[in-house]
Amino acid sequence: MKAHAFRASLAFVATLFVVSAGSAEPRRFPLPPEEWPETIDDQPTVTFLMLDRLEYRTDEKTDARVWDAQGWVGGDWNKFWFKTDGVDIVGDDIEKAEFQALYARLIAPFWVLQAGLRHDADPTPTRNFAVVGVQGLAPLRFDVEATAFLSEDGDLSARLEAEYDLLLTQRLILQPRFETNFAASEVEALGIGRGFNDIELDLRLRYEIRREFAPYIGVSWQRALGDTADFARAEGEEVESAAFLLGLRAWY
Amino acid sequence: MDQTGNSDNRGLTRRRLLQAMAALGLLGGWRSVVPAYARDSGGTHALRVTDGGVDLVIARTPIDIGGRVGSALTINGTVPGPLLRFREGEWATLRVTNRLDEMTALHWHGLRVPQDMDGVAGLSFPGIGPGETFTYRFRPRQNGTYWYHSHQGLQQQSGQYAPLIIDPAASDPVEYDREYVVFLSDWTFEDPDAVFGKLKKQSDYYNFQQRTMGDFLRDVERYGLRATLRDRAMWGRMRMSPADIADVTGYTYTFLLNGLPSQSNWIGLFRPGERVRLRFINGAASTFFNVRIPGLPLTVVQADGQNVRPVTVDEFQIAVAETYDVIVQPHEERAYTLFAESMDRSGYARGTLAPRMGMSAPVPALRERPLRTMVDMGMDMDMGEADGMAMPGMASAPQPGMAMGEEGMPPAEEGVMSGMGRDREAMAGGEHSGPMPGMEQAGPIAGRHGPDTHGPANASVAAVQRNRLGERGAGLDTVPHRVLVYSDLNALEPNRDLRPPAREIELHLTGNMETFMWGFDGKKFSEVKEPIFIDYGERVRITLVNDTMMEHPMHLHGMFKEIVNGADPAHRPRKHTISVKPAERMSFDITADAPGNWAFHCHLLYHMEVGMLRLVNVGLPPQRERP
Repeated sequence: MKAHAFRASLAFVATLFVVSAGSAEPRRFPLPPEEWPETIDDQPTVTFLMLDRLEYRTDEKTDARVWDAQGWVGGDWNKFWFKTDGVDIVGDDIEKAEFQALYARLIAPFWVLQAGLRHDADPTPTRNFAVVGVQGLAPLRFDVEATAFLSEDGDLSARLEAEYDLLLTQRLILQPRFETNFAASEVEALGIGRGFNDIELDLRLRYEIRREFAPYIGVSWQRALGDTADFARAEGEEVESAAFLLGLRAWY
Repeated sequence: MDQTGNSDNRGLTRRRLLQAMAALGLLGGWRSVVPAYARDSGGTHALRVTDGGVDLVIARTPIDIGGRVGSALTINGTVPGPLLRFREGEWATLRVTNRLDEMTALHWHGLRVPQDMDGVAGLSFPGIGPGETFTYRFRPRQNGTYWYHSHQGLQQQSGQYAPLIIDPAASDPVEYDREYVVFLSDWTFEDPDAVFGKLKKQSDYYNFQQRTMGDFLRDVERYGLRATLRDRAMWGRMRMSPADIADVTGYTYTFLLNGLPSQSNWIGLFRPGERVRLRFINGAASTFFNVRIPGLPLTVVQADGQNVRPVTVDEFQIAVAETYDVIVQPHEERAYTLFAESMDRSGYARGTLAPRMGMSAPVPALRERPLRTMVDMGMDMDMGEADGMAMPGMASAPQPGMAMGEEGMPPAEEGVMSGMGRDREAMAGGEHSGPMPGMEQAGPIAGRHGPDTHGPANASVAAVQRNRLGERGAGLDTVPHRVLVYSDLNALEPNRDLRPPAREIELHLTGNMETFMWGFDGKKFSEVKEPIFIDYGERVRITLVNDTMMEHPMHLHGMFKEIVNGADPAHRPRKHTISVKPAERMSFDITADAPGNWAFHCHLLYHMEVGMLRLVNVGLPPQRERP
């Protein structure tokens, strides 16, 4: 170090020591006044709407319109979360129409805990449920929803959904999807048996014209299981079906 | 970089803007939106800031970027704003008028000004309201290349930034015949709030360089099925993407050099044999650039406004908010391309140095985008993951001169702090480097993570933390030429305070890419009640541990950081901004000689805005006791 720089350094440090030796009590600089604006707005409310599946489904016997949407409003930790999905048989009644209103809380880096209410407008008679579940990203990047439902009649059931995005290219994405429903008690009026009710395996191939807008084609295979399958047979319904899908995935 | 997306609303926006501009009589005046210094030789068109003052007006202005009209926030009508020239030691007055319908603020990046002149709304002053004029007055006690920008919301993304030079009071140790400002930035035609919203909803929205099935098949061919599956499983278990290099990419960004897109080709003139000083400033909101001028060695003479011992390289990485002054000496009567490639290789800014206007040189092709590595993950190489397999995505070409223990590797720090468990075992690159290709470049292990994983706002921790100041930036580990690293930097003028730090403050840089939450120690700004209190005159070491998988350009207001980079303490480089690499543990010392409330934050605009900011409160000098 050069001599003049060294002297400057000594003088500078000496100044600091002199002032700090003057008093035992360090003095704080006043904090910014409360009435000043926030430096950053790090608690924004974000609104997200995801139409995950809006599709036309056709198999040997019936055509159906299927919807599955969810969304949320809120901040990083707490959100209002809603979900709806349903099946509308072309030329017939709505087979299923389900609505959920949930409070969601981030409980782990990749998981939210959800709790709230579910209302099934169809099939009739309508039913209401208490809901608790988790939703998030499981290891190996599976999108997972695991939810338990308790109906107003005390019937307990559960649902597991999982999907995975396989990037064929940056925009062409193959998505396998798995869903199964489980019931702890029988609800004969609705054709629900005890145990695993059904299993569904889908494969969708979407093209993201934009991230927010992706038409897709796909195939779906569903099978009723156990007593639920027996109820279906007794009603003269198919227990197994395979369908082609044409649909749209969009979000905002 | 051509625009590839968001074409759906282009026509509407353009038409509406044209109508508005016609109404305002602005048509035909587009050229004025590029500042004078950007059109030709810089330095001569600066606004000289004196005590008499200059006037700066913040307004919303339509600008033409590559033939497309965008709506910018401008300083005196241009993007970037006017080059300000100060004289060291002389008083300067700046009257800043806000013609927006929202609050604004101008911050003098890297300038040690009184805290109430620092220009951070909410910390140093209440901001500049619509229609108001705020007068900044200060006396620069430093010299060099700096910049200034909005420190309010996402305004900086819309073009509210500009260069700033303080000419030295004494003679300049850097000799040059000619100088140019090279101001790099990233422009989007999207509303920055929309960009922000997309990142919150799908954080990899802008990444169109993900690994696909094609990459999988290629890796199987190259490394075998087993190694490839293990690699995918490892990343999958972490629920992260090795292709996550940048949050916002060339999908929406047009990269600008002095406000011009690559096709507009900014030209700086020279006479062969001249020493040309290029003052590089990265004023981007979210983009790191790798900079080179094929055919010309770059002699770095200044970093963040502070002179350094000259070091000659062929390429350097400039993090967001950094500046580097570089001397080049073109001898040939030909054009040279000034190439600033975005770190994720999704685009580039480009200009030309040439003896005459209208010339150009070949523009290099974009290189393949880099991938994050196991070192970036902070993974423990002893844990059995790395037992001799070839890893896709790991740099594989041997690096001349970059092996551990050779040039450029900083020695282990003095370790004045107790209880930090500094681990020097890996200094020789021995046991931890193992057989992993590319591992020989990893810096020595500097620490290991404790049991606190920082809660749901943090997705991973750096189990193994390394000193990475001697490592090249992402994507440059295998380029076959000289690349600047932080351990190359030595301050030219020695540091004044050589006391060892009496206290160490450790902060972890944390984040959750899935929810796009960023902060310190798992908390965002609004969740932290206490500032970081430092007494006046205190000498403090701040140690940063990056638990995330991205670089964070950390910027401290009010005081220079003396980077503990292996240089002797008197010549540790003074920086206002330093990029902390993934899984890095690094330290800097500060002397708390600037009373006030100072911001310490990640300068990636979107990271700061979601909470990656802390308040540092430096106390007042103690009152002298009366005798």
